[in-house]
Amino acid sequence: MAWTWFHRLASPPHVYRLAERLTPWFAWSSALLILAGLYGGLVLAPPDYQQGEGFRIIYVHAPSAWMSLMVYTVMAVAAAVGLIWRMKVAHAVAASCAPVGASFTLAALVTGSLWGRPMWGTYWEWDPRLTSELILLFLYLGYMGLRSATEDVQRADRASAVLAVVGVVNVPIIHYSVLWWNSLHQAPSVMKLDKPSMPLDMLVPLLLMLLGFTLYFVAILLMRLRGEVLSRERNASWVKEALSR
Amino acid sequence: MSTSTVMQPAASSTSALTAARLVLERDLRLAFRKREQLVQPLAFFAIVTTLFPLSITPELSRLREIAPGVLWVAALLSSLLALEFLFRDDAQDGTLEQYALSGQSLTWLLFAKTAAHWLLTGLPLSLAAPFAAGALGAPASAWTGIVASVVLGTLALSLLGAIGAGLTLGVKRGGVLLSLLVLPLAMPILIFGSQATELAMKGASIAAPMYLLAALTVLGVTLAPIAAAAAVRISLE
Repeated sequence: MAWTWFHRLASPPHVYRLAERLTPWFAWSSALLILAGLYGGLVLAPPDYQQGEGFRIIYVHAPSAWMSLMVYTVMAVAAAVGLIWRMKVAHAVAASCAPVGASFTLAALVTGSLWGRPMWGTYWEWDPRLTSELILLFLYLGYMGLRSATEDVQRADRASAVLAVVGVVNVPIIHYSVLWWNSLHQAPSVMKLDKPSMPLDMLVPLLLMLLGFTLYFVAILLMRLRGEVLSRERNASWVKEALSR
Repeated sequence: MSTSTVMQPAASSTSALTAARLVLERDLRLAFRKREQLVQPLAFFAIVTTLFPLSITPELSRLREIAPGVLWVAALLSSLLALEFLFRDDAQDGTLEQYALSGQSLTWLLFAKTAAHWLLTGLPLSLAAPFAAGALGAPASAWTGIVASVVLGTLALSLLGAIGAGLTLGVKRGGVLLSLLVLPLAMPILIFGSQATELAMKGASIAAPMYLLAALTVLGVTLAPIAAAAAVRISLE
């Protein structure tokens, strides 16, 4: 009874229709939030007293970095659900997450390095947070590499799921070891945006962007999930019905 | 005899520890009959170490600065090279399948295989490391610290690598993929390992990075064989 919704999630046609129905809601609300956040961040917010206009890249950089970690977590949870309850749809969710997460990670790296050019005077600094973001990108690439190297879909699902779970145990260890590495090797030269002391007209657009990026991820995930489910179930009769509508 | 009786795991009277010991002995015996596999990772380690003085500078004072990094990158790469052989032969001739069907805990058997692998590659590397470090300008007093840190680091790496080796079993030409899977996860080992070596070379206490390396090893001993067994099962399906 209370668990019916969960059991129905194991049915590909149900998930396909649910994803179809939910996508516009997430897509439109994320578009509105991102537009509002961009307007607030790029037009309304005052320039930073130290960094000038350059700080505004944070409105893309911070949400991308946040999403890169969140997508990995979602991917690992979906993979664990797929491993434990042998739920095919969960594996499809994990598979759909990886390229999106890798793109967010790349966006965070590129914006971080663009920000570094005026602030540090160089495009790349071995800053601990940028470095652990780079390692995260390698983790995503490994996950996607393992998936594409394994031809049998079910085996690819389960093998990459084990990797995602091992990875998620390691992500905090890697993050903190990189922080520790940097603090020992060089003096802290990194400028930090002190978040709690950020004035409200800078903070509100950032929060809007965070929420907007999250909803955008859900919308993209649902769209990719539909494609993934269709290609996995391509021989099922409901796919023919769904596509001939 | 029907097929169903063949497929069923045999009820075994051998305890898990005895089975693991037998696997360990078998792997060691096999390796000593094929000695070139023992020597290759060591030779690779020596060659990679030689590349750095040739490509940077022969001056010991400058080499000393990069010695910990060179040592650990070389150790990491040569253990990675050896990892490819961890399960491959046994997967090809069906031994791994027999292990999986034997009724014994696959986790224990793979733990024994990983331990044998470390004894054959990690331990010789740890013993060779002080000589390589010496050639790069490390003082002789640093050798205990170097051996201890490489022992722990290669142990953690073998355990971690067993998962990657299990996952890439079914993949043709999986060597590059194996590196892509294992290296990002091995970054903490590299960081703490080279830290310990650097401190040992300066004559400082290496306790802090050694505790962290030991923690990684303990985590590897407790969790990695379980994940490796799951990975091997998936690859054998």
